[in-house]
Amino acid sequence: MEIEKNISHPDEGKTPAVKMRNITKAFGTVLANDRVWLDIYRGEILALLGENGSGKTTLMNMLSGIYFPDEGEISIDGKPVVISSPKDAFAHGIGMIHQHFKLVDVLTAAENIVLGLSGRLNLNEARKKIREICDTYGFDVDPDQKIYNMSVSQKQTVEIVKVLYRGADILILDEPTAVLAPQETEQLFAVLRNMRDAGKAVVIITHKMHEVEALSDRVAILNKGRFVGDMLTKNTNAQEMTNMMVGHAVSLNIRRPEPVNPKNRVVVEGLTVKSPDGILKLDDVSFTARSGEILGIAGISGCGQKELLEAIAGLQKTEKGTIGYIEDDGSREELLGKDPLEIASMGVTLSFVPEDRLGMGLVANMDLTDNMMLRSFRKGRSIFTDRKSPRKLAQHVVEELEVVTPSVSTPVRRLSGGNVQKVLVGREIASAPTVLLTAYAVRGLDINSSYAIYDLVTQQKQKGVAVVFVGEDLDVLLELCDRILVLCGGKVSGLVEHPTPQDKNRIGLMMTKVGG
Amino acid sequence: MFDLLTFIPRAVMQSIPLLFGSTGETLTEKSGNLNLGIPGIMYVGGIGGVIGAFLYEQSAAGQMHALPAILFPMLGCLLGSALMGLLYCFLTVTLRANQNVTGLAMTTFGVGFGNFFGGSLIKLTGADVPSISLTATSSFFRTTLPFAKTTGAIGQLFFSYGFLAYLAIALALLASYVLGHTRVGLHLRAVGENPATADAAGISIAKYKYAATVIGSMIAGLGGLYYVMDYANGVWSNNGFGDRGWLAIALVIFTIWRPNVGILSSILFGGLYILYLFLPSANLAMKELYKMLPYVVTIIVLVMTSMRNKREDQPPESLGLSYFREER
Amino acid sequence: MKQKLFHLSKRKELPWYAAWAIRGVAILLALVVCGVVTTAMTGEDPIAIYKTMWAGAFGTSRRIWNTLQYLALLLCVSLAVTPAFRMKFWNVGGEGQVLMGGLATAACMILLGDKLPNWLLIPIMIVSALLAGAIWGGIPAFFKAKWNTNETLFTLMMNYVATQLVAYYVIVWEVPKGSGKIGIINQNSHAGWLPTIAGQKYLLTILVVAILTGLLYIYLNWSKQGYEISVVGESVRTARYVGIKVDRVIIRTMLLSGALCGLAGLLLVGGSDHTITVNTAGGRGFTAVMVSWMAKFNPIGMIFTSLLLVFLGRGSSEISSKFQLNDSFGDILTGIILFFIIGCEFFISYKISLHRASRKEDK
Repeated sequence: MEIEKNISHPDEGKTPAVKMRNITKAFGTVLANDRVWLDIYRGEILALLGENGSGKTTLMNMLSGIYFPDEGEISIDGKPVVISSPKDAFAHGIGMIHQHFKLVDVLTAAENIVLGLSGRLNLNEARKKIREICDTYGFDVDPDQKIYNMSVSQKQTVEIVKVLYRGADILILDEPTAVLAPQETEQLFAVLRNMRDAGKAVVIITHKMHEVEALSDRVAILNKGRFVGDMLTKNTNAQEMTNMMVGHAVSLNIRRPEPVNPKNRVVVEGLTVKSPDGILKLDDVSFTARSGEILGIAGISGCGQKELLEAIAGLQKTEKGTIGYIEDDGSREELLGKDPLEIASMGVTLSFVPEDRLGMGLVANMDLTDNMMLRSFRKGRSIFTDRKSPRKLAQHVVEELEVVTPSVSTPVRRLSGGNVQKVLVGREIASAPTVLLTAYAVRGLDINSSYAIYDLVTQQKQKGVAVVFVGEDLDVLLELCDRILVLCGGKVSGLVEHPTPQDKNRIGLMMTKVGG
Repeated sequence: MFDLLTFIPRAVMQSIPLLFGSTGETLTEKSGNLNLGIPGIMYVGGIGGVIGAFLYEQSAAGQMHALPAILFPMLGCLLGSALMGLLYCFLTVTLRANQNVTGLAMTTFGVGFGNFFGGSLIKLTGADVPSISLTATSSFFRTTLPFAKTTGAIGQLFFSYGFLAYLAIALALLASYVLGHTRVGLHLRAVGENPATADAAGISIAKYKYAATVIGSMIAGLGGLYYVMDYANGVWSNNGFGDRGWLAIALVIFTIWRPNVGILSSILFGGLYILYLFLPSANLAMKELYKMLPYVVTIIVLVMTSMRNKREDQPPESLGLSYFREER
Repeated sequence: MKQKLFHLSKRKELPWYAAWAIRGVAILLALVVCGVVTTAMTGEDPIAIYKTMWAGAFGTSRRIWNTLQYLALLLCVSLAVTPAFRMKFWNVGGEGQVLMGGLATAACMILLGDKLPNWLLIPIMIVSALLAGAIWGGIPAFFKAKWNTNETLFTLMMNYVATQLVAYYVIVWEVPKGSGKIGIINQNSHAGWLPTIAGQKYLLTILVVAILTGLLYIYLNWSKQGYEISVVGESVRTARYVGIKVDRVIIRTMLLSGALCGLAGLLLVGGSDHTITVNTAGGRGFTAVMVSWMAKFNPIGMIFTSLLLVFLGRGSSEISSKFQLNDSFGDILTGIILFFIIGCEFFISYKISLHRASRKEDK
């Protein structure tokens, strides 16, 4: 079997702490994991590498008891096991630190750490044990500090200590560095190395190449739900890993007409955004979006794409920078510091297809007509809403974009994902925008719906709209976009003009490494 | 001259029903259940006690003993309020109904229940006054410590109350201890703050919500019992308990969810309630304004805590929301 | 492994007739339980009891007028709290807002009654009642919008501040001194009494509320502001995304909600009671929460839910007097019916399916 030969056996005499064989998991019709093999060893840090949606988190969730595999076997220290709940996972010494922390804000670190355990509550004992764990691995946790007073990295430390406190010796960390500053990342790595040296098995899920190189002993790579291979980190290099991670470029045959007479439309300079936790989300980002062009934004998730689009749309607090809107006659208007209503009242038609379709772009419990009205309900001086034109628009969108729905008075939550997106995109382009921002416009959509969306976006470009397209599938970005801006950790790490499928690996490297 | 020595014991007697109510409601709210049925539950607790006492007085026919005279009303009270708590949990936890609507319906029902049975018993006794008098039972509840009379001012201030008053204080202290220093308390707080996290840590959300709410209801019910049997000398009159249930909910906010703080705060509230009697210059109208003070200070506390936005002082995060884990 | 017997999941959608069938069954069950309880209390057969209830609510034309007036007043408060509920702002302060409207009305009648002619006095009463209600509703809204102060607790406390304020003024204005009551205001001059139409004392109130029902239905479903309220209630993030000023909508909606409660106070004091006591609102502020919720915040539906509750109240007071039970019997019946209706919503929004042994093959 092809997969089997990709498993490396660095130490034939050693039994893997965890052996996963032929693990398959489907969500509906989507195959998240397809016959995956994976070995995890004690005294080793394994980096699980792959693009977004390649199935890394799903695979580890099956190890930690969140999901249950459809097929396949898991054995721990050579013995076959069934893990059907997080408690089972703990019983086997497996602890996972999720991206979203499971902590109670008003409780202290120590209280959170002992939460759910049984026996008499003895916080002094707990404090002592926590200090011991901290001393062993080099953590810095104040057991009496409240969670809400903690930085993200401190919260993460509490999560790790919580797992160790329960005696876990197989630790899984899901993108632990996504929320950390560089020095904090260094501290985390030092701790993880200590744990490895103490004989624990550590798995870190990541898509950052330099972290793999800096930290891991071994790397296993997934691509589109399949296991591609694993190898010792010292025997490979960033180029090879990127190739395996992104795979070969696939021809998708997306239409890309040449831009006609592109003009600068949105000029972003020095844009800096911090999250409420004080983490730098965008760091001095500058670029220009031009009319009649699609500007692709590539980058691993959480690299500032969301903040970038929301800043332009007037929904994000910013620290520094300017966002200029250039009219056809060359005059410039500042968009920064204005809310969506103010932007609209300046005569700028800016459309935004946000990532969270039902939580932000649409109202799930309202029907198509009322959702069409979200953008236009203020029109006219009457105190009453005009439902005639939204209904017409809804019917128009249903016909044009072939939305499958019983009627225009069906709540959108009852539509399928692709149809929901068509409704949202249909509404956003109906206002004849001059700027169209889209975030992960085809996420969760089937092939046909995806192509329908690509087509729509390209039509907009041909109408002279400046399109900013945030995407996660590099193959698509390469064929769809006229230029691709690459973000890495909130910084611009490159700009590729006229991308071709040959640029795939180059962009893949830029996504994982600044200046790579 | 302001007679502190009479004022304080009376303020304390006013405060005890509020203290029971707020201790019970605090426990309930800590589990994330905003039980607006507490006023009704306190009525049910009161009438449960009246029924228990009535049955015993009828059957004992003058030959009353202390233990059953106390046990029967207690049982009636605890049973009634526990059933109310169970009903609330069944609707809001098991059936995930809206907590505000359920609570208000429980208050309608509970007050009606109390007044209905109160009224029926009054009719049974054939009295010509609209109240029912259980002075014999009450005397057992009002028995004070033997040295209350002999120790002068100290005795009057500290020892002149029936045993339920001391139980209220003990329960408030116990509730504080359980919440702050035991594993059960820790888990309960986690359930009210962040049920999803508690669930992930293997804590049974439904179990904690049921237990906290039912126990809380029983404690609150004792407030109704104290009111009838001790404060009102065993006289049940319809609507006599008044709006004390709502005042107990106000007290929960005023103490920012701390039962031990409730002990002194409830005396403060009780004092404000009767202050007008002790101020020579106060006329009848002013008395109503003094009664407003507890609510006004509660609002001020509520506003201040939300403005200061200190996390410990906020209502439990999931207060008022039902929890539903979408099963995989 | 522990296996649960059944599995719960949120329903996508239940056809409207199925939802109403479930509610119908719940009400039927509730009526059966109420019948059993009443029979147990009175020893009468349940059919006779329901006949008595019917007679109590609709037996004579005077009773029908009474029932309609009760219906109108409860409906008015229910309509008032509804815009806030649509926004997911839990206004349980209807009681206080009604009282404040009533207090303002009474103040105008007492203080200006002999100074101004009715054509001037009544508009002043209307304005001050609406204003008083709006202020009482607006205060919690302001703090909710600015500091996210818990609105349920805040509005709840405001009820008792209002109650005590009324209690204070009742003593200040008491007639005769020492009675602790205001008595009928302007009994001889009728100054500030809302006019009777066609000789029917309650007709004005009923008409005003009927019109209000229609207007509020239109406002909530067809006006731009009503649409904004729905969007804010469904998703604050979506509202911000389309540029709706959420803070402003919260305050504006609560001003409206409070003002309409003030209107109910006006109708109560100026239209029917002609006096004010701490019980003027009569618990309607709380009952309104249930009326509005049961009707899924739909003004037209509220006509029926408030009719149900008023019918129960009037009917059971008839039972009480006929069988010499006490007045509170109605509250018990109302409570039972409410519990059934509250409980049945679960079966409308969740699906219960027996657990298939899907994990059996684990071994």
